[in-house]
Amino acid sequence: MEKFRGVDYYGIEALLSEEERMIRDAIRDWVETEFLPLVTEHHRAGTFPVQLLPKLGELGVFGATLKGYGCAGLNNVAYGLIMQELERGDSGLRSAASVQSGLVMHPIHAYGSDAQKERWLPALATGEKVGCFGLTEPDHGSDPGSMKTRARRQGDGYVLNGTKLWITNGSIADLAVVWAKGDDGEIHGYLVERGTPGFSTLDIHGKFSMRASITSELSFQDCRIPLENELPHVKGLRGPLGCLNQARYGIAWGAIGAATACYDWALQYAQQRVQFAKPIASFQLVQQKLVWMLTEITKAQLLCLQLGRLKDLGAARPQQVSMAKMNNVQMALETARLARDILGAAGIVDEHPIIRHMLNLETVNTYEGTHDIHTLIIGRDITGLDAFGV
Amino acid sequence: MKILVAIKQVPDTATQVKVGADPRLIDTAGITWIVSPYDEFAVEEALRIKEKRGQGEVVAVSLGPERVKEALRSCLAMGCDRALHLNDAAWNGADTLATARALAAVIKQEQPQLVLCGRQAIDDDMGAVTAQLAELLGWPCASWIMEEAVDAEGTTVRAARQVEGGLEVFDLPLPAVLAAQKGLNEPRYPTLKGIMGAKKKEIRDVKAADLGLGAEPSQLSVVGLEALPPRPPGRIIQGDVPTAVKELVRALREDAKAI
Ligand SMILES: Cc1cc2nc3c(=O)[nH]c(=O)nc-3n(C[C@H](O)[C@H](O)[C@H](O)COP(=O)(O)OP(=O)(O)OC[C@H]3O[C@@H](n4cnc5c(N)ncnc54)[C@H](O)[C@@H]3O)c2cc1C
Repeated sequence: MEKFRGVDYYGIEALLSEEERMIRDAIRDWVETEFLPLVTEHHRAGTFPVQLLPKLGELGVFGATLKGYGCAGLNNVAYGLIMQELERGDSGLRSAASVQSGLVMHPIHAYGSDAQKERWLPALATGEKVGCFGLTEPDHGSDPGSMKTRARRQGDGYVLNGTKLWITNGSIADLAVVWAKGDDGEIHGYLVERGTPGFSTLDIHGKFSMRASITSELSFQDCRIPLENELPHVKGLRGPLGCLNQARYGIAWGAIGAATACYDWALQYAQQRVQFAKPIASFQLVQQKLVWMLTEITKAQLLCLQLGRLKDLGAARPQQVSMAKMNNVQMALETARLARDILGAAGIVDEHPIIRHMLNLETVNTYEGTHDIHTLIIGRDITGLDAFGV
Repeated sequence: MKILVAIKQVPDTATQVKVGADPRLIDTAGITWIVSPYDEFAVEEALRIKEKRGQGEVVAVSLGPERVKEALRSCLAMGCDRALHLNDAAWNGADTLATARALAAVIKQEQPQLVLCGRQAIDDDMGAVTAQLAELLGWPCASWIMEEAVDAEGTTVRAARQVEGGLEVFDLPLPAVLAAQKGLNEPRYPTLKGIMGAKKKEIRDVKAADLGLGAEPSQLSVVGLEALPPRPPGRIIQGDVPTAVKELVRALREDAKAI
């Protein structure tokens, strides 16, 4: 296949500033030359190319919207475009950047003490240190408010007990942002360093999705941390949800990246593949699939761009972020499935990127609030009635 | 030490070039423009020299239409300090000599101690500007550079050129012109901060009159561009293996004259 040509049916390019385009192109080039040549091997082995994290740090990808601490201070559209380009590579690559930026640096920046910020943000920005985010538990996924993990005050520290499951980058992280209930019964955030006695990790194997990303279990058994490791400026579910709101925004853009990778590939394939003496792109049914994909991608692009502009104005509501995450991931998953179909048997091998994206997107559909949970969030917003079943 | 890097904006390497409506020009519709890859080696090397010496200035220069500003902006994002854009209708359709004259004039004004360029631009592959430029300036010039080292005093540069089967090592007194070959270095990616900082750096428009030059008719004029004839389709040799191999060897020897 020819090099990725970008997808822009509606002249959306003209709505981007020169810097936004340059940033997108820089990350696109990087993914093309530094990441894509490695991905198949890592996907097969079920490993993540950790050596790329400092390189992403050098580019300025981590915490790119933050000001100070060595961060680039970009606007939200530029940040979204970065996520889009990373996920055109692989959802696992985007996940690593999402977690580091939205779920680790963001809470430290928004809820942390000055000492916590000084200590962690510069090292997380360069990728010298890696972070993970522990919210989900074996028995509490969509409903994190009922989490079991506890942090009890004992003398000059907190003692953590509990298990977090499905934690991206858990076993390679130097720092875990862990959400647990304190003595007040409220959720608080705690910074737990790797190597702290009582803290251990275990990787999850047998994944058919997000294979090129590390997913772990974090276990805390009488794990003692100093008092100053609590994030001082937030309590309640609002803390983790504020982080998820950041990361979901990035996912909405990332999904476009995965979808365009599949669409561009399937379009080229359909133009080249000949059956019944004609390129399969000449058949109406194939065209319908390609047209559906392009239309949905275009809608998703416009949704994200406006959401980003709103976010820059400080006017984006979490429910609007939910809509973009819900819509864009669904369209990306459907696009990947259709692209897989267009490639026929070739669509199931990793010589083509499509099956990898398709399988990854099953995770993206589930994590950071499942598609259905986002539907319920928007449903509650427009009807005023809660359908979560509690 | 002041270093000037002359760069050219060219179509992206993945472009399928088509002859335009005017058959002397290519069709530029839908083309993505980039900094010519050999010129990127030159930019990278200039930045490394500056970083190694801990001081200095790197100035990027390019001649061409308005769109060239984007290429200059990428050089600024990589780390060049400022840029000069030779942007004047007088240079429309400039051939290599007219380009070299404009560059020589701007170099006389800027007085850098070193000029770096790529060994050739990847669009028309002429590879003539560097030598013409050095000639006009009366400066020494080495092309296809694989390694270089400026001495501590900044008075000479030792440069190794790629030659058949090895390297040829030169000492050149400064100021000098060097043209980069692939392998000189691995160009950096512009960082996001670099991109954001680039818009604050200066890209100054330079007109022919600013250099005391007038419109100069090009001595080389393009008569036409022709696309290569389409490649004949491949041939699949049928039959059992021993017969097919015999036929393949015959075809390679007699038809293709490849062996
Ligand atoms: C690869 C991967 C990486 C992950 N990384 C992280 C991470 O870094 N950190 C972290 O904390 N978590 C992470 N997660 C966990 C993820 O966020 C959860 O899987 C997700 O929140 C869903 O929780 P669950 O899997 O327990 O599903 P459940 O909550 O059990 O949901 C199962 C199904 O029930 C539906 N459902 C649940 N409640 C309702 C309801 N009220 N009404 C209607 N339907 C409902 C859901 O939509 C879903 O279809 C990751 C998951 C994966 C797969």
